[in-house]
Amino acid sequence: MKKYPYLPHTEEEISQMLSCVGVNKIDDLFMDLPENLKVDTLDIPDSKDEFSVYRDLENLSLKNTDPSRMAVYKGGGIYYHFIPSVVDTLSSMGNFLTAYTPYQPEVSQGSLQTLFEFQTMISEITGMEVSNSSMYDGATALAEAVLMACRINKRSKVLFSESLNPEYFHVTQTYCFGEEIGIEKFSFDSISGQTDYNELKNKLSDDISAVVVGYTNFFGIIEDLEKIKKMLPEKVLLIVCAEPFTLGILEKPGTLGVDIVVGEGQPLGNRPYLGGPNFGFFSSKEKYIRKMPGRIIGETDDIDGKKGYVMVLQTREQHIRRDKATSNICSNHAHNALRATIYLSLIGKWGFREIARRSFSKAHYLYEKLLKNEKIYPVFNGPFFNEFVVRIDEDISSLNRELLKRNILGPVDVSKYFRNMGNCALFAVTEMNRNEDIEYLIATLEELL
Amino acid sequence: MTIFDKSVEGKIAFSLPEEKSYGFDPESTLSEKYIKKSSTDLPECSELDIVRHYSNLAKINYSVDHGFYPLGSCTMKYNPKINENVASLSGFANLHPLMEEDDIQGALELMFDLQNYLSKITGMDEITLQPAAGAHGELTGMLIVKKYFQSKNEKRKKVLIPDSAHGTNPASAIMAGFDVVELKSDENGILPFETVKNALDKDVAAIMMTNPNTLGLFEKDIVKIARIAHENGTLLYYDGANLNAIMGKIRPGDMGFDIIHLNLHKTFSTPHGMGGPGSGPVGVKKELREFLPVPIVNRNDEKFYFDYDLKNSIGKMRSYYGNFGVLIRAYAYILSMGNDGLKKASELAVLNANYIKCNLREIIPPAFEGVCKHEYVGYPGNLPKEYNVKTLNIAKRMLDYGIHPPTIYFPLIVHEALMIEPTETESKETLDNFIEITKKIVQEAKTDPQIVIDSPHNTYVRKLDEAKASRKPKVRWNKSS
Amino acid sequence: MAKYTKTHEWVTVEGELAIVGITKYAVSQLGEVVFVELPEEGQEVEKGESICNVESTKSASEVFAPVSGIVRSVNEELEDSPELVSEDPENKGWLFKIEMNRQEEVEDLLEEKAYNEITGD
Repeated sequence: MKKYPYLPHTEEEISQMLSCVGVNKIDDLFMDLPENLKVDTLDIPDSKDEFSVYRDLENLSLKNTDPSRMAVYKGGGIYYHFIPSVVDTLSSMGNFLTAYTPYQPEVSQGSLQTLFEFQTMISEITGMEVSNSSMYDGATALAEAVLMACRINKRSKVLFSESLNPEYFHVTQTYCFGEEIGIEKFSFDSISGQTDYNELKNKLSDDISAVVVGYTNFFGIIEDLEKIKKMLPEKVLLIVCAEPFTLGILEKPGTLGVDIVVGEGQPLGNRPYLGGPNFGFFSSKEKYIRKMPGRIIGETDDIDGKKGYVMVLQTREQHIRRDKATSNICSNHAHNALRATIYLSLIGKWGFREIARRSFSKAHYLYEKLLKNEKIYPVFNGPFFNEFVVRIDEDISSLNRELLKRNILGPVDVSKYFRNMGNCALFAVTEMNRNEDIEYLIATLEELL
Repeated sequence: MTIFDKSVEGKIAFSLPEEKSYGFDPESTLSEKYIKKSSTDLPECSELDIVRHYSNLAKINYSVDHGFYPLGSCTMKYNPKINENVASLSGFANLHPLMEEDDIQGALELMFDLQNYLSKITGMDEITLQPAAGAHGELTGMLIVKKYFQSKNEKRKKVLIPDSAHGTNPASAIMAGFDVVELKSDENGILPFETVKNALDKDVAAIMMTNPNTLGLFEKDIVKIARIAHENGTLLYYDGANLNAIMGKIRPGDMGFDIIHLNLHKTFSTPHGMGGPGSGPVGVKKELREFLPVPIVNRNDEKFYFDYDLKNSIGKMRSYYGNFGVLIRAYAYILSMGNDGLKKASELAVLNANYIKCNLREIIPPAFEGVCKHEYVGYPGNLPKEYNVKTLNIAKRMLDYGIHPPTIYFPLIVHEALMIEPTETESKETLDNFIEITKKIVQEAKTDPQIVIDSPHNTYVRKLDEAKASRKPKVRWNKSS
Repeated sequence: MAKYTKTHEWVTVEGELAIVGITKYAVSQLGEVVFVELPEEGQEVEKGESICNVESTKSASEVFAPVSGIVRSVNEELEDSPELVSEDPENKGWLFKIEMNRQEEVEDLLEEKAYNEITGD
C-alpha cells in the first residue's frame, strides 16, 4: 500500500465514509462521467518521496548559473537589492503564506492591516492619494492603467513612450488588442535619451486618452515629467511607470500632477525569480478610485468601536459586477506586497533614501570611469539615476560570456530590444555593488577590451 | 496600531556597509527641478519592533496551516512545505530574466517538463505558463479566441456563459472585447444541450464552461455540447478552477475543450499568500498553438530554449515568462504526487465532499440532487424564513467556533448558498468536527437565533462597518489619525 | 401621485420634469447604499436605458430611465450623503430629473397598486 503524506485517510476511514455516502467503492462517485472518456493513467511519472523530490529540484537548480555570489550589473526592470533576513522569516510564516484573500475580515485582520500599510507606503513613495493592494507585475499594472484612463475620459487612444521598457509595451499592446484601444509610440531624443518633445506635441490631440512615460525610462534616463504634464491638453491623463528607488531622490510624480503612477515592485524586498512572481503597484488621484482595478483595503470600526480593516469598493470587482467590473483581476500578488511592506518597514525612511543615493553615486562613478576606457562611448547625455547606456567596441553577448567567467553578471544587451542599438549595453548599479566590485569591473573591462 | 503609529524618529532596522562615498550627490549632479522637495515618510522602527509587529499581525490571521478552510471554488488544500523549501533554492530565486538561455537550462527544463506534465494531465497539446492567475489565464484564452477568428477573417462577437459561472468569466470575455450572453442552468443545476443549441449562431465565438461546474456537478451533456459547438465553428473554453475533482479520471481535452486554464494555486497546492501570487497556465489544442503568448519553452537536440516562433501570437500577457517561483512549487507537487497520487487526490476530494453532503443534507439541503464532485452546494433550509438566520450569520458563527466558513452567496443562482469544498487533504476527524459544529449552529439558530445573528462574538474584531468603509474610503494611514 | 416601473424606479411629475428615484422595495433588496453614480446633466436618455448605478457594499444596481428626455438636474447631495437613498428613498433620496420628450410615456407606468402586486406587498 503506497503512502501519501498529504492524504490523511486510513483505509478503514475510507470504507466508513463510503458506507455513509451509500456507495461501495470510490469509482461509484464518478459514475456520471462518460465511460468512454475515462482515463486510467496520465502518462506522467509515479509519486516520489520527499528526499528524491528535493534532490531532483536541487539538481535542476544547480544546472543554472547562480548569480548570488557574483557582481551583478543587470537591471532593465528587475534589480538586485539586499534583502534583510527578517523579510524571509516573517513572510514565510504560515499564517500569512497559507491565508486566502481576506473575504472574512474578522479572521483576516493580519492580511488586511498589512495591505493597508502597504497602500500607505506606496502612496507615500509615489506621492499619490490612493493605492490598491497590488497587481501581477509592473507591465500588467501599466496595461490596466491604460484601460482605466480610457474608462475615465471615455477615449480610446493612448500615446506610449518608445523608451519605456519594451516588455511593458508588448503587454499593454496585448491588453489594448482586447479592448480595441489604439496605441501609438512616440520616440526619444537620440541625444538626451529623454522624450522627443516635438514628436509628442505633434501626436497630441483631443482624442488622446493618456500619455505613458517611464520614470526612469528603460535607458535609465530621467524624464522631465513637469514639462510633459504642461504639454498635455486638460483631459489627457499622464500615466507614469516608475522604478521605486528613483523616488528616493527624484520628485514624486504625485507632486507633479501625474494622474496614475504604476510600476514594478520587485526591487522592494522580492527576489528576481526569473521575472516572477513579483508585483505591480498601482496608485492614482483619489477622484479616480472608483475606476481603479484590483482590491483596495480601507479602515473602519467594528460594532464595539474597535478599529479594523475591510476590502472596500468591492462593487468594482468581478465577483460582484461580473461583466461590468473595472477589471477581471481576482488573485493579485498580495504575498509579494507583504514582502515589500516588511522590507520598507525595515529599510525605513533612512534606508530608502540611502539606498537610492548610494545607487546613484556608484552608478555615476562607474559611468565616468567607463568612459575613460578607449573602447567605451557615451550614448545619451540626459540625466540618469542608477542605470545608463554605453556603446562598446565589442559584441555585448560575447563580452557578457567573458565577464561571466570572471564572476560578473554583465549588462543588458540593449539590441535585444532595440535592434538599431547594436553594441549598446545597459548597466545597472545598486547598493549591492560594493566599491571593490566596481573597481574590479573597471579593471576587467580594461583587460578584456 | 499600524507600523506607522509605532514609528519614532531616528530609529533604524537596517544597515549598510561602511564605504567611502564616490561623492556623486544628486544635488550637485542633477538639475534642481528633478530633486524631491518633500520627504518620504516610511516608518522608523527597530528590527525587533518590526518582527513583533508582523508576528502579532500573523496571529490574527486565519490560514490553512491554522485550520480547516472549506472555501468552495478555492481548493484550499494543504500547501506542502517542501515546495517552499525548493522554491527558495538560490539557483532558482536569484535568476535574472535577461540571463542567457545557456545559464538557465535548469529553469527551462523545469518549465518544459511542467508544460509537458500539465498537458498530459489535461489532454491538451500545448501549454503556456505565462499567465499570472486564473483570471489572467481566462483573458489569455479569450484573446486567443479573438485572434483565431481574426485570422480566419471572421467577426464573431458573442461568448456564451452559464449563469453558474465564476464572475471572472464574463469579466474576462468583456476585456477581450466580446459581448456576454448568459445561459440558464436547468432545474438540475446543469447546462442543458438544448439551451446551448438554441443560443448558438454564427456570431458565437466561444462557450466558457466549468466542469464540474460551480455547483459541484458534472456537466453530463458536455460531449454533445462540444460537438454542436464545433459544428458551428465555436470554440469551447474550460475554466480549470475545479480540476481538483477529476485528475486522473477524465481530461478536459478529451471532453472536447479547445482552450483551458488551470489554477496552480488551487489544484497544484501552491499557497494563496493572502490573495496571490497564483499561476494560471493556459492549454490549447494544436490548431491553436500559433496564437499562444510568446515565448513558450521548447527544446532541440542541444538545449532548452524560449520559442518566440508562433506566427499568430496574441503577444505578451505579462513581463518575462510567468510566475516562475509558483511554477517550481507546482512542479514539486506533481513530482511528489505523481500519476497515482494525483488520481487519489481527486478521488478523496470527491469522497470528502460527498461525506459532508450526506452528513449535512438534513440541515443544509443540497441545492440540486445528484452525486456531487469536489464540492457541495446547499442552503440553510428554512432558517432564513422561520428564524431570520441567514447564511451570512451561520458563516460568521463558524468563526466563533474557530473554523473558516465555506464560500457563501455563490453561485448566484442558489439563494442563500453555502459552497463547501473540503479538499482531499482534510481528514475524516476534521470533517466530523466541521459537521458537528454546523449542526450545533443550526440548533442554536432555532433555540437562540440572536446569538447566531449577532455573531461573531469572540474574534479579534467583530462585525465591521463595511458601509462606512465604502462611503468615504480611508485607504491610507495619516499622521492625524 | 407617484408612478412606478417594473425595474423599481418611482416617478413623480412636476410640469415638464419627471423626478426619479428608486423604491423602498429596491432599497430593502439592495442593503445600505454607499454610493450613487449619477448621470450627467444634459445627457439625453431613452426610456428603458440604464443611466446610473446605486451601490451597496455587496451589490450594484442599475437604474433605468423610466421616460425619454434630457437629464436636467441630479441630486448632488447624494455625492456626500448616499445614505439618503437608504433613509428616505422616495423623497430626499431622489436621483435625477428628466425633461420629458414624450409626456405620454408616464401614462404607461405602473400605478402604486399594480407595483405593490409585483413586489408582493
